[in-house]
Amino acid sequence: MKLSRNRQFTGLALAGALALSACGSDQAVDNEDAASAGDVNCVDGGGTLDGAGASSQENAMATWIAAYTGECEDTTVNYDSVGSGAGRTQFIDGGVTFAGSDAALDENETEQATERCHGSEVVNIPGYISPIAVTFNLEGVDSLNLTPELIADIFNQEVTEWSDDAIAELNPDADLPDTEIIPVNRSDESGTTENFVAYLSEAAGDSWPHEVSGDWPIEPAEAGQGSSGVVAAVEGGEGTIGYVDASHVDDLGTVNVGVGDDEFVEFTPEAAAAIVDASEPREENTEHDLAIDLNYTDGGSDAYPIVLISYEVACLEYENEQDAELVKSFLSYVTSEEGQQAVADEHGSAPITEETRENVQNTLDQITVTS
Amino acid sequence: MTTTTNKPSTGAPGDGPDIADRSLLTGSLPRYFAPALLAGVAAVVAGLLFVSGSFGLPLFAIGTVVAYTVLITLASARVENGRKAKDRLVTTVVYTCFGLAMVPLLSLLWTVLSMGIERLDGYFLSVSMSGVTPTMDAGGVYHAIVGTIAITLFASLISIPIGLMTAIYLVEYGRGRLKKAITFFVDVMTGIPSIVAGLFVVALWMMFFGPGNTNGAAGAVALSVLMIPVVVRSSEEMLQLVPTQLREASYALGVPKWLTIVKVVLPTAIAGITTGIMLAIARVIGETAPLVLTAGSSAVAINWDLFNGQMMSLPVFIYSQVRMGDAINYERAWAAALTLILIVMLLFFVARLVSRFFAPKLGR
Amino acid sequence: MTTTDSSTTPRAPKGKRRIGDVVFGNTARGSGILILAILAGVAAFLIIQSFDALSANTANFLTTTEWDANTDADEEPAFGVAALAFGTVLAAALALVIATPIAVGIALFIAYYAPRRLASLLGYIVDLLAAIPSVVYGLWGIGYLVQELTPFYQWLSDYLGWIPLFAGPISTTGRTMMSAGIVLAVMILPIITAISRDVFLQVPRGHREAALALGATRWEMIRMAVLPFGRPGVIGGAMLGLGRALGETMAVAMILSPALIISPHLLQSGNQTIAAHIALQYPEATGHGVSALIAAGLVLFAITLVVNMAARYVVARRKEFSE
Repeated sequence: MKLSRNRQFTGLALAGALALSACGSDQAVDNEDAASAGDVNCVDGGGTLDGAGASSQENAMATWIAAYTGECEDTTVNYDSVGSGAGRTQFIDGGVTFAGSDAALDENETEQATERCHGSEVVNIPGYISPIAVTFNLEGVDSLNLTPELIADIFNQEVTEWSDDAIAELNPDADLPDTEIIPVNRSDESGTTENFVAYLSEAAGDSWPHEVSGDWPIEPAEAGQGSSGVVAAVEGGEGTIGYVDASHVDDLGTVNVGVGDDEFVEFTPEAAAAIVDASEPREENTEHDLAIDLNYTDGGSDAYPIVLISYEVACLEYENEQDAELVKSFLSYVTSEEGQQAVADEHGSAPITEETRENVQNTLDQITVTS
Repeated sequence: MTTTTNKPSTGAPGDGPDIADRSLLTGSLPRYFAPALLAGVAAVVAGLLFVSGSFGLPLFAIGTVVAYTVLITLASARVENGRKAKDRLVTTVVYTCFGLAMVPLLSLLWTVLSMGIERLDGYFLSVSMSGVTPTMDAGGVYHAIVGTIAITLFASLISIPIGLMTAIYLVEYGRGRLKKAITFFVDVMTGIPSIVAGLFVVALWMMFFGPGNTNGAAGAVALSVLMIPVVVRSSEEMLQLVPTQLREASYALGVPKWLTIVKVVLPTAIAGITTGIMLAIARVIGETAPLVLTAGSSAVAINWDLFNGQMMSLPVFIYSQVRMGDAINYERAWAAALTLILIVMLLFFVARLVSRFFAPKLGR
Repeated sequence: MTTTDSSTTPRAPKGKRRIGDVVFGNTARGSGILILAILAGVAAFLIIQSFDALSANTANFLTTTEWDANTDADEEPAFGVAALAFGTVLAAALALVIATPIAVGIALFIAYYAPRRLASLLGYIVDLLAAIPSVVYGLWGIGYLVQELTPFYQWLSDYLGWIPLFAGPISTTGRTMMSAGIVLAVMILPIITAISRDVFLQVPRGHREAALALGATRWEMIRMAVLPFGRPGVIGGAMLGLGRALGETMAVAMILSPALIISPHLLQSGNQTIAAHIALQYPEATGHGVSALIAAGLVLFAITLVVNMAARYVVARRKEFSE
């Protein structure tokens, strides 16, 4: 069997294509178009900074890293979005220099992490604040007003039809069909679920009698993997309702969440930032730790109460000078005005407020090398 | 293979000796009958569906196939005989099976092609994602191509020698318990879920190199665990097909066993072995889960070094883009999927050339 | 996927052992032993790593359906693999039931019905499909297939709803066990087809031509000469496909809307497979979580082992009949 000319030609063409692609480059965008980090304090000599953790920060980290490494040559930043739990474990094991986590380290973890930090303080820095939107897919309806109790009843599968009186009462103008309600939750364990459930259990009182954890507490009606999976499920069905990170909402209808008496707040980055301002620092915080105890119930009428705060977890002392400098430099950029704004523009997150930033910078300034 | 069912049955009545079994003398449907019937049935079904106002492609296809199957079988049973009717029935079923399977497969290929082609160009193939934010209309997959090639190549370097030697052992040397055990456990190994292989290597790396060592080599080792059994299985099959006479002839000439294997057995089976190895590579080149755990999922720059730093690969790239979930991310994901398929096609092609080159020149 | 009979391979001439032979033979044997060592390593790893969670578990691991393993130090984990194992076997069996007959059909078509040129092209396409990453199958599944299938599900549950498998009310998003099974079937179709085709083509020409010469129709030739010869190969191929279906992670995780229940209703959302569960839970696993997931991996490993043993038994029995 001889090769037909045709095949030889195809082979040649493909080989050519491969050879061509052998001269690829890291220069994906021209310098002037590249994401820019503004005035960032690069570390002399560069180096590699490894982080791992929450997948909620994946998009934001990709944005920060693109801008930061664009500015600081010879510096590589890796962020593995392995999940908050795995990220915290890797941080405690010393595998990564910082972790991204949807929950601040608890007492037990802090203890273990202190060991990893050579006895120095472990800090949780709020780096990424994102509203969690309650979205639904219902023909002809773009937004709905729902109270926390009603949201809880819907996700608890107790209110089962969109035409239910309770919904109609709050939304006199909406044309509600008698479609069945299909609640969609995350099938993977996640910080988004944990924050959403924590909100329900605080704000909805007896309507949400379940335990708070990253796993959905009841037998799901419908579930999807990750925010993109939930969005796909909500879009794919009729009468579906789910909760996702704000950056994934697209054109779906969203819920205005009831706060206080008869007031409803639409999800916006500003409204989400407001709830963070209205919240208190966590009680167990050590001197420089900045973990926040979210106040779901009375943040005022301008505050959108369902938010996800994702922290950057770092040590105050590192054994290696380069590590200390890189963490300080990169996290300073992350929490800087430019950094926060870049991510807010791209992914609809809420920039941290000036007050928080001052505290953060104060903490970051403490990061040093072990003496 | 070229026989068709439409050939007239033996002789016309009266031509030959008397035949007792009348079934051998039955007539046959003319050659044009089957296609004509199909066209007729299709037209009638389409007409009926239009009249009833429920025309839909799936319904039309199902209706046509069912009606055609019934009619051709009945017609054949009446004009020809029961055996031929059965043959026609099975022929229709086999064609239908084929058609049925081609629908999802072609739909999949078409989806990837049509969605992927939008973004697939020289720029996309030749740059990395370095300095590109997720929603920026820029960036490419060069770093992922590099990673996929490097990791797969390294995995092949580990798996092919081990797998091939094991196959040789099983076919040429093995006997008794050890052989039975290896055959059995190789089968078991084909069933190791890819994510378990990933977890295994993560633990292994943790043990040897300490925490935080994600690199390309770890990914390659995880892929080898998945690839070795496939190589063994397919090479074993192919080695068994080598005629015993060839080996005997070689021994008769006083050639040592190992030279017989290297010079006679392997070249004879090389074409099949290459195909098998290609299939094994194809099996692992699209693996996602173990690579996310072992080689990392965040590298954005080109990295040729298997032993240092994270390495992106095409499947992981697709996965992470899908998770990011914007329209542009989906575009990148589809284009990367198309790139991966093109790479596999290229590999298959090279494999065919290689096997041609090494195969003994027989008068085939 | 046949086992060889060692009597078919001739012995090399005896005499003084040559150095080359010794080295080569031992390398070959060493490779085989290395494979056993790797497998033993994987098994040992699974057992050791899962021990921690299994010993802390307060529920019966094999009969419990819920999964509560991410506990703090002072809580007792309670988790079981019953629902997961059921879902895994269900999804894989569904895929196998759908894929095997169709794959045999295509293999017959490629081997004995299609024109030669077309046949080699089709063979190539089928091989290519085996290489498409499961993520892409998953993407195609959620993005395209489930929408197309939902009307069909509605029809199934309307007319066949009295069979528990197809009982309604159906899931309107189509992210069900049935969809997962169908996508898995499409995924394993190329593997089963490729192997079946290879065995069908190996049927000795003499057998086939003898059948045809005796006046057999094409189907009779296939039934009498091809299928008996190819049966062990088809079963082997199906087992390989089953192995892939059992361990498939990403496609199932993307398509299925999971719930930790044991439900026979294929058209409603629910059930979950072990591999997908590991992928979904691993990132956020804390406490005994990782160890518990590895225990689930161990169960998956054991299921594969059992399936392979069963296949081996079937092939061996068939062989007795057909020879």
